[in-house]
Amino acid sequence: MTNAIEVENLVKRFGSFIAVNHLTFSVGKGEIFGLLGANGAGKTTTIRMLCGLLSPTSGKISVAGYDAYTQPEQIRASIGYMSQKFSLYSDLTVWENIRFFGGIYGLWGKELRIRALELVEEFKMHDFKDTKVESLPVGWRQRISLAVSLVHKPPIIFLDEPTSGVDPVGRRMFWETIHQISSMGTTVLVTTHYMDEAEYCHTVLVMVDGRIEAQGAPAQLKSTHGVESMNDLFLLLSRNGKLNIE
Amino acid sequence: MAKGRFSNFITKEFKHIFRDTRTLLIVLVMPVLQLLIFGFVISSEIKNANYAVLDYTNDYNTKKLVQRISSSGYFNFKGYLKSENEINEVFKNGDAKLVLIIGNNFTQKLQNENFANYQVVTDASDPNTASILASYAQGIVNSFTAEYFGSSQQKERVNVQSRMLYNEEMNSAFMFVPGTMVLILMLVTAMMTSISITREKEMGTMEILLVSPLKPWQIVVGKVIPYIGIAFTNVLVIILMGYTVFHLPLRGNFLLLMGVSSLFIVLALSLGILISTLSNSQAVAMFMSMFALMLPTILLSGFIFPIENMPKILQWLSLIMPPRWFLSALKTIMIKGQGLQYVISEVLVMLTMTTVFIALSIKKFKVRLE
Repeated sequence: MTNAIEVENLVKRFGSFIAVNHLTFSVGKGEIFGLLGANGAGKTTTIRMLCGLLSPTSGKISVAGYDAYTQPEQIRASIGYMSQKFSLYSDLTVWENIRFFGGIYGLWGKELRIRALELVEEFKMHDFKDTKVESLPVGWRQRISLAVSLVHKPPIIFLDEPTSGVDPVGRRMFWETIHQISSMGTTVLVTTHYMDEAEYCHTVLVMVDGRIEAQGAPAQLKSTHGVESMNDLFLLLSRNGKLNIE
Repeated sequence: MAKGRFSNFITKEFKHIFRDTRTLLIVLVMPVLQLLIFGFVISSEIKNANYAVLDYTNDYNTKKLVQRISSSGYFNFKGYLKSENEINEVFKNGDAKLVLIIGNNFTQKLQNENFANYQVVTDASDPNTASILASYAQGIVNSFTAEYFGSSQQKERVNVQSRMLYNEEMNSAFMFVPGTMVLILMLVTAMMTSISITREKEMGTMEILLVSPLKPWQIVVGKVIPYIGIAFTNVLVIILMGYTVFHLPLRGNFLLLMGVSSLFIVLALSLGILISTLSNSQAVAMFMSMFALMLPTILLSGFIFPIENMPKILQWLSLIMPPRWFLSALKTIMIKGQGLQYVISEVLVMLTMTTVFIALSIKKFKVRLE
């Protein structure tokens, strides 16, 4: 079986600034892949290129087996995306949001209804199905955004800092849901700057200034660098990483 | 399937409009209010303006003249002045807008020298009113002297009769109904679409839409269709109100009128889309719409201020203002009742503008997506 995502020598320049510098990695099917890094490390730029929102300067991208340059349409149909910004219609109800986004992915009629009900069930949203999104707390809005990104049952979902602004309990709940999704075979690529969340990932990639600083399973990375937690690892890598590695 | 996506999109867009009281007020209530306000505020005819008389002749004839002016309905007689010094005073106090000075031996000079010895002085701190009042007063004096000669049958006078073609009653609705229509279509279509598209950008929902299999043009068309519907409703409401409330006749072909209106709606939409590609926030879109669309519509389209009176540079500038062409076509069709061949240049200019704006938007939109 091929990998869900393959990236080879990916580069993105904005003028003379290199936002993403020769990134190479692959994500296996059903994996939870964490893209870690400080703000401005190039995580969002990378995820935007993978989703087709931004065109790469050079390098190869393949998502769900489709080439990003020649088959962008097929990629769009097989991914779900949850952006950094809160991205639901706040003047529509939860139910209407789910139905609208289902609709733009080509679901309709009975099929759309069934899928929407399924999501309400899965994400336990019965109580506020008909509440306008604007009156819900942030943690719940993020869960609904996640539900919406899954409406067309994409094999791969991209989550760009999904837990920013969510309290610890809410983040915990959110990650439980991500694990649930992954256990059903969906590939999850998630960016975050909360290092404790890295522990929940199967594989992580630490980006510093657009480059890869470390890549592997959290446990393995911690032992090779001789640190206690992912947080320590990250501080080590981003502060004086170069000195220690060489 | 594509059809389902589309109707889905449009339903959502209508929900946005109908759930936001402010938007609803702007697109449905404001047009009616605006028309009513313009209708009752902008009125080119003046009634019951106060005037005073300084009469140096003071005989039977001049009294008859004053009586004639007072009973015309346009003027309200405030009294006689004693000297020229008082003229300034009555203007300054605001007691009168116009003073009629009747010179020495008015009747005598009229008879012997064919010369009406009078003068009209107006308070031109409001120049429009002043010139209208002056021409009313002169008109009355002229008809008075003409009658005087007519009855004595002494001389044939040159008698100029002016007719106001297409608007014999000088109904100001002829001016503001088409003007308001242009203003409202600009507001509802261009400004509201640019705001509603930038709102999606600002909220972050645009990204989600762009990641979806929807094509960019589908997103844009889906977003503007509700506004086309609303714009048409506005056109119909305005024509209907013009007809019933302000007695504006619809002389031309109704279908042609609707055709030209839809062309302008598309033109305004393409402008709105262009603005939305240039701005990333609703505030910027609003600001751009205000300065790039609203002000020129009011100032340079010929709606309120006649283009012929503008300095050459502004006249040229008005040539690139879309509302100018629509307004001109609108007046030709609605008021003069002319057919397509008389508005063909307006139609061609609007078509060209639409094409240019759409081409620019496509180019800009692509740049955004990279």
